[in-house]
Amino acid sequence: MPHVANIAVSVLFDGLAYAMFLFITSVGLSVTMGLMGFVNLAHGAFAMCGGFFVVSLTRTLGVGFVPSLIIASVAVGAISVPFERYLYRRLYKSTDLEQVLLTIGLAFMSIATFTYFYGPIPKSVPLPGWLQGDVNLGFRAFPSYRAFLIVVGAALIAVLWYAFERTNIGAKIRAAVDNRRMAESVGINVDRLFTLTFALGSGLAALGGGLAIQLFGLTPSFAVLYLVLFLIVVAVGGLGSLKGTLLAALVLGVFDTAGKYLLADAGGFFIYAVTVVVLLIKPAGFYGRE
Amino acid sequence: MTAALEVKGLNRAFGALRVARDIDLVLERGARRALIGPNGAGKTTLVNLITGVLKPSSGTVLLNGEDITATSQAERARRGLARTFQINQLFRGLTVLENLCMTIGERDGNCNNLWRPAGAKSVVIDEALDHLDSLRLTDDALKLVRELPYGRQRLVEIAIALAQKPRVLLLDEPAAGVPSSESHLILDVVAALNPEIAILIIEHDMDVVFRFAKQITVLVQGAVFTEGSPAEIMANEEVRAVYLGEEGHKVARHG
Amino acid sequence: MGVSNSKSATAGDAARARAAEYLLSRHRFRWAEALPWLVAIAAFFVFPERMTFGSQVLIAVMFALSLDLILGYAGIVTLGHAAFFGIGAYTVGLAAARLGWSEPITGLFAAAILAGLAGLISGWFLLRYRGLTLLMLTLATAIMLQETGNLRSDISGGYDGLPGLSFDPLLGRFDYDLYGHTYFIYALVVLGIIFYFVRRIVYSPFGQALTGIRENVRRMHAIGSPVHRRLVTVYTIAAAIAGVAGALFTQTNAYVTLTVFDFDNSAKVMVMLILGGTGRLYGAFVGATVYMVMEDYFSKLSPTFWQFGIGLLLVLVVLFARRGVLGLIESAGASLAKRKKP
Repeated sequence: MPHVANIAVSVLFDGLAYAMFLFITSVGLSVTMGLMGFVNLAHGAFAMCGGFFVVSLTRTLGVGFVPSLIIASVAVGAISVPFERYLYRRLYKSTDLEQVLLTIGLAFMSIATFTYFYGPIPKSVPLPGWLQGDVNLGFRAFPSYRAFLIVVGAALIAVLWYAFERTNIGAKIRAAVDNRRMAESVGINVDRLFTLTFALGSGLAALGGGLAIQLFGLTPSFAVLYLVLFLIVVAVGGLGSLKGTLLAALVLGVFDTAGKYLLADAGGFFIYAVTVVVLLIKPAGFYGRE
Repeated sequence: MTAALEVKGLNRAFGALRVARDIDLVLERGARRALIGPNGAGKTTLVNLITGVLKPSSGTVLLNGEDITATSQAERARRGLARTFQINQLFRGLTVLENLCMTIGERDGNCNNLWRPAGAKSVVIDEALDHLDSLRLTDDALKLVRELPYGRQRLVEIAIALAQKPRVLLLDEPAAGVPSSESHLILDVVAALNPEIAILIIEHDMDVVFRFAKQITVLVQGAVFTEGSPAEIMANEEVRAVYLGEEGHKVARHG
Repeated sequence: MGVSNSKSATAGDAARARAAEYLLSRHRFRWAEALPWLVAIAAFFVFPERMTFGSQVLIAVMFALSLDLILGYAGIVTLGHAAFFGIGAYTVGLAAARLGWSEPITGLFAAAILAGLAGLISGWFLLRYRGLTLLMLTLATAIMLQETGNLRSDISGGYDGLPGLSFDPLLGRFDYDLYGHTYFIYALVVLGIIFYFVRRIVYSPFGQALTGIRENVRRMHAIGSPVHRRLVTVYTIAAAIAGVAGALFTQTNAYVTLTVFDFDNSAKVMVMLILGGTGRLYGAFVGATVYMVMEDYFSKLSPTFWQFGIGLLLVLVVLFARRGVLGLIESAGASLAKRKKP
């Protein structure tokens, strides 16, 4: 392939993989913030938690990578339920500031706890053979792991789209995001919906955390380091919108990757510049509601 | 003479839902007009359009002959347009006196002062106390608003609007939520308002309407249904029909 | 309005007089307000060897005080306040390192002006937004500032910091000493001056308007308050004060790195304020002091333990002591007063 086109394809591919990671980890945050109006800065901690579960499962218990991802997601999803029901629920009517501070406090506590048990040194996961190296798609080779990430992301998008648009539960969630009071008055059990959505979102965050290990390495600080990114994706995409989160993840993921490829040091700038521009023009994000 | 407030061809839609259709309204100086209509008729929406909380899709709003359609809510307030809200919008964590002093301070530019203490300007405090006196709220002056019973809070809501020294006053159901044992306080105040001020009052309670209003506008589904004096409205069969099941029996009683 | 007999007339007058007196006396100094200053002076004599740390506490108090104007009084939540601290810090640092300008007091003024200007410009654009949007916009602008500094690390010194800063003696006579005594007094005096200004603002009609904006912004619009203008004004002032705090930071440490812009700093100062209590002048004093002392003690024992502790403290404060230490004291005082009544 000609040189420039080759770079463009690499950038797009890596950008797409990065975007999938951003989408998977952020979509839960977008839906719960849109549904419950709750600023959850501990979301990154759930992702980090999932990552460490995968590390322990694969390294200590010898479970395979893909099964570990599934187990970790389900486990974290289940663990998140008591948090929502007994802690978060008490603050649904509180100010933004209080929600921010409570969840930051939880994030700090989780980082400290995991640092105590796992130490601060970055962890990695042993990957199965088929995820290492490259996969040859005919016209060129692509890193297998990133290709895997894209496939998982695409599959999840399809599943989530189907769940949201075609199932009963999805319709209820969309209704409650749109107008909670109206949803309650037609008999939708909003409380249970919250818990379910929150568990799903946290489980997806854990999945994202597990998938991120190979990309970035895993330390307990992951909980806050990448939180900024997730919040940006959610704000730019629009709260409570699947489409919005996807579009934001794609735009930001590709821009960030392209920026870093083309402008090395200045690259980190792009993602924030794009955020500011989008929010100044559309304060509620791409598909947010005013 | 120029009307105190004039609304011409006011339209507003939310997607397919038209909440205001071609509304024309005139408030002369010293007007005492009631705005009535069934629930969902768009009465509060009209007030929101007049005060600038909502922007119209088309139409104009004139205050003392000046076109204010493009001005902000705050600017309209500074030019003499005051309103009360259907649900109290007060500074609940502050004392009644502070609520009033702040209103006066914003009106006369005192709040631009970052240096002198808020208590230093005794004219402001005196005027605030005068307003409280006229509404029999002096004893509550140092109480936090959130500690007052709802009826007295409603009086503070009106006091704030009056402290703006408005030329046009829009009252959105001033007696709403007030227990009937206390509603006469509100009504006495409304009846005793400065005859120079043009007043538009949204009300459901027909007793209040017929006691207070010299002119009535009936709003139905966002459009002006009919207008007239209380006697004309009372006698209007179609108005009764529109109200059938709601206030119909009250209208009938006055008929 | 009806006949009033002489008894109700005097009762009415008494009520008026009481009401007026309350407002007229609110801003007068109370003896308890001397306490924090006495504590600071006492610390100077009781812990003379900890005065470099003492200066850092005073700087934290100033930083928290600046945030209280925005967060506690105007009710605006932002995540990028460290940007102004950083601008102040780097104004002084760059002036000293690159321009050879090492006079400390003019450095403070320059920092205040530049940080204030940044507050004015960013505030004018950003304060039209609220909620998550504002949080993200302020966070993104702070990070971009940091990234810009990182880009030109040849100028800024990057994360390694500006090397070898030194400053002229204060007022030409008082030089830096090993124990940080001079600088502690310097910081205390600057804090005192700034606090005086903040106190006047808070008790002024403008300060009242800020409280109104926090309590009910809908009402403020409806009574004709130029809300945006008020917010930009207080944001500019707060930015300038944060800039002075940053400038003092560079001067007292003779060192500055890009970490001053960290989100961590913005979060820390919010925690300090919440701990002490927002919207109460002295919340910054209590919160910043308590936080800094605890951090100094516990993070030496174990940084992990400290991080867990501060997280737990945050959770507990939000759940049970939402109005901070001063709020708890107020509640205790109120319930004591109730019990005293026969």
